[in-house]
Amino acid sequence: MGLKIGLGRRYRFAASHRLHTDQLSEEENARVFGKCANPYGHGHNYLLEISVSGDVDPATGMIANLAELDSFVEREVIEVFDCRSMNEDVAAFQKTVPTTENLCIEIFERLKSFPKAKLERVRVQETTNNSFEYAGQ
Amino acid sequence: MVLITRKIEFSASHLYHNPALSPEENRRVFGKCNNPHGHGHNYTLEVTVAGEPDPVTGMVLDLKALKDILEREVMQRMDHRFLNYEVAELKGQIPTCENIARVIWELLEPKITQGQLHRVRLYESADLFADCYRNGEGS
Repeated sequence: MGLKIGLGRRYRFAASHRLHTDQLSEEENARVFGKCANPYGHGHNYLLEISVSGDVDPATGMIANLAELDSFVEREVIEVFDCRSMNEDVAAFQKTVPTTENLCIEIFERLKSFPKAKLERVRVQETTNNSFEYAGQ
Repeated sequence: MVLITRKIEFSASHLYHNPALSPEENRRVFGKCNNPHGHGHNYTLEVTVAGEPDPVTGMVLDLKALKDILEREVMQRMDHRFLNYEVAELKGQIPTCENIARVIWELLEPKITQGQLHRVRLYESADLFADCYRNGEGS
């Protein structure tokens, strides 16, 4: 059985959200989401950890050029989310509740087309006590 | 099955340079990691071993034995060394996180006899790491 090599990289962004859905009454929203449903939203410093895998190029010793990975993540995630309101500014969350579960899925979908390596997993840490992972279906 | 992870830290220097590439290509591919005199990192190594706890001791393995293996195989070989010039197992390879993690796996795997090596994770910094594990075992 061969060995598999993965590369992990961490990024940071700050964004706000409000957990609220029109499908529930105001009372139900308050019951389900608690203070996360407060009307003007609130923010977090998110920590994003992504894992990719692939063959190590013998010429470079790398799975993927970090500068290329960084610029891809910058374009697909950081520019989209950093210092934004997810509910107001991110198309994917116009109808979907921007929980960190859904955020993981959205980020995975945005990054899975990285051409130089296979996206294995996305982990998003919302606070030091909460983190979520998604590795595709 | 239970996973147990032990962490060690070592400091080492390296540079990225492929003699088959021109100076300009080296610069383009490796950026400032190609600076000729090298640079260093505080590496953090996490070694994860999988196994069943022994019914008598409750342990997957003797942690002191694992500590000794890490000291002998990794610390003595890599700590306060220039990886390109002083680590024979990396000769002819670019000492990236990916390659160092694989070399560490190959050094440790035959030495771990209680339980089975499950994953080697090597952090070059808090924001960059490489994992080595068996194909099909997941990360």
